[in-house]
Amino acid sequence: MAKTSTICPFCGCGCNFYLVTEQNKVVGVEPSPGNPVNKGMLCAKGWNSYDFINSPLRLTTPLVRKNGKLTESTWDEALDFTVRRLREIQSDSGSNSLGFLASAKVSNEENYLFMKMARAAFKTNNIDHCARL
Amino acid sequence: MAGLAATFGSGAMTNSINEMDEAELFFVIGSNTTEQHPLIGTRVINAVERGARLIVVDPRDIPLARYAHMHLRQNIGTDVAVLNGLMNIIIEEGLYDREYVETRTEGFDELKRIVSRYTPRVVEQISGIRADDLMLAAREYAGTGKAMLLYAMGITQHTTGTDNVKTCANLAMLTGHVGRPSTGVNPLRGQNNVQGACDMGGLPVVYTGYQKVGDEPVIQKFSDAWGVDDLDKAPGLTITTMMEAADRGELKALYVMGENPYLSDPDSKHIERALSNLDLLVVQDIFLSETAALADVVLPAACFAEKAGTYTNTERRVQLSCKAVDPPGSARADWEIIQDVCARAGYPMSYADPSEIMAEINRVTPSYAGITYPRLEMGYGLSWPCPNEEHPGTAYLHKDRFSKGLGTFLPCEFKPMAEPPDTEYDFILTTGRMYFQYHTGTMSRRVGILEREAPEPLVEINPEDARKLGIRDRDLVEITSRRGAVKIKAEVTARVPRKVVFSTFHFHEVPINLLTNPAHDPVSGIPEYKGCAVKIRRCA
Repeated sequence: MAKTSTICPFCGCGCNFYLVTEQNKVVGVEPSPGNPVNKGMLCAKGWNSYDFINSPLRLTTPLVRKNGKLTESTWDEALDFTVRRLREIQSDSGSNSLGFLASAKVSNEENYLFMKMARAAFKTNNIDHCARL
Repeated sequence: MAGLAATFGSGAMTNSINEMDEAELFFVIGSNTTEQHPLIGTRVINAVERGARLIVVDPRDIPLARYAHMHLRQNIGTDVAVLNGLMNIIIEEGLYDREYVETRTEGFDELKRIVSRYTPRVVEQISGIRADDLMLAAREYAGTGKAMLLYAMGITQHTTGTDNVKTCANLAMLTGHVGRPSTGVNPLRGQNNVQGACDMGGLPVVYTGYQKVGDEPVIQKFSDAWGVDDLDKAPGLTITTMMEAADRGELKALYVMGENPYLSDPDSKHIERALSNLDLLVVQDIFLSETAALADVVLPAACFAEKAGTYTNTERRVQLSCKAVDPPGSARADWEIIQDVCARAGYPMSYADPSEIMAEINRVTPSYAGITYPRLEMGYGLSWPCPNEEHPGTAYLHKDRFSKGLGTFLPCEFKPMAEPPDTEYDFILTTGRMYFQYHTGTMSRRVGILEREAPEPLVEINPEDARKLGIRDRDLVEITSRRGAVKIKAEVTARVPRKVVFSTFHFHEVPINLLTNPAHDPVSGIPEYKGCAVKIRRCA
């Protein structure tokens, strides 16, 4: 059994807790008593936040739409298709025909890279996320 | 955030969660704190139990109201009038902080002129709050040294959201409740990294740390750091205007990372049409969300437990989250996927791990300059601004001076909601969240215990309205707005006032945003989720 320090994925409080793992599987949550935000307490969502990690409905492979249906693909195929189409649309209709939605759920580092991708690689400031919603 | 940035120079919670333990009064407006920010709600309740005062301003009888000394239930969308009314009384009775107003603010005369029209009687007529109650609340808030104002989306999700925020800031400045411990204007942010997504420049007008896209020195800095020379200087589109552009066929491709606009945005039919109109929709997520189901490409991502990274909470505290397990199947961390996309797009990146990305963020972002991985690994996070590696971080903002120098009073007039009820659509629908579910339910609806507690969508309706319409508890009702109709079970409860119904957007079975009004605040772009006109009938 191992414990890893993480931040709750739900609201903006930023409660800290340990994920309890056994053989690469999350089996529970233990709040962190020393953390100044939640001081060892959690709400119902926090206590149960590990459950969706192991959901059988998680996406495990890239999907590409073929003949109208989302179909399993390799990473190479999905990424090649994505970039080829983005570049085609960009050269036909300009950079500002592209839009990017960043996420209030992923990390700072990932939001930074996503923002850098939109601006440096695809030359558009059309980037936003659901802070407004 | 635009409203706070304009008045104070910085759009974030001014004070920190731990300061709540020392506060003497909480003024909570438009925040269902115990359900949406449970651990902050707990802090408020604990403070009340040790003797702090609590004023709740909310149309609904939210759980926190049970602990309140005063609960003012304003008519929906009348917040500016209520807050102006409080300031009217505070100025009339000479209860404002003269020295603070003189030395730290500008624009007082204009504020005084505008709020002078909002006498307690006028405000009673607009808001339904009794003049006597308003006077008591004004005296208490102004007369308490350590008074914290908390707000959330009950303030921002209006077509007057920016005005609401500015008016909150005006009230706090007038009474000197900004720039000291256990005071301030404190927007509680809804998602675990919504503050971070803003801080990192996930916005059409700014780079990291709110550095503007049009500023020449900023463009120069990012051009040098990123090795490019053709960054766009014009502001981009917001999420709301992107959907409009997609609908018109001007926006042709959308790359969505970890968001579900199909369920979360107003007027779902319009969103579905806009998304279907795209030539390319790419969605990167952990589940096949309603938006992902419409995509041309779906990229499977790792969830928070499966990667390292930092998240910035509502009090500006940047905290490190570590990797506990591997992602399922061939799913990958979002930062790895982005790096691969960029490599294929001819803009290679070579970060070995998230700490290397943070090192770059440190270099280009003054407010994050001292928030480094070695420091985060040793403690419980650092609150920005943290300008260098010796800096301890900042618990509360605007000490001695505002980020922009003087604080500016930006007085606003009351404006009615965009779609008021009329004879045909005679109810107001207001939307929000509940304790056991979260946002569009992508995560929380896949947690067995949360589903057990809150398995189905309900619409709250006042007992008197229900009686008139022949609706009993758990009857199926149809709610119709000018944009669509849904069928949903009724919960007959006095939690909502008369002529108001409340529901949530957690449940794809009843997408409540089919009904909501996309009319939005002209500055922030936030739609008016908190009020649109609907009609209700019992299904036979």
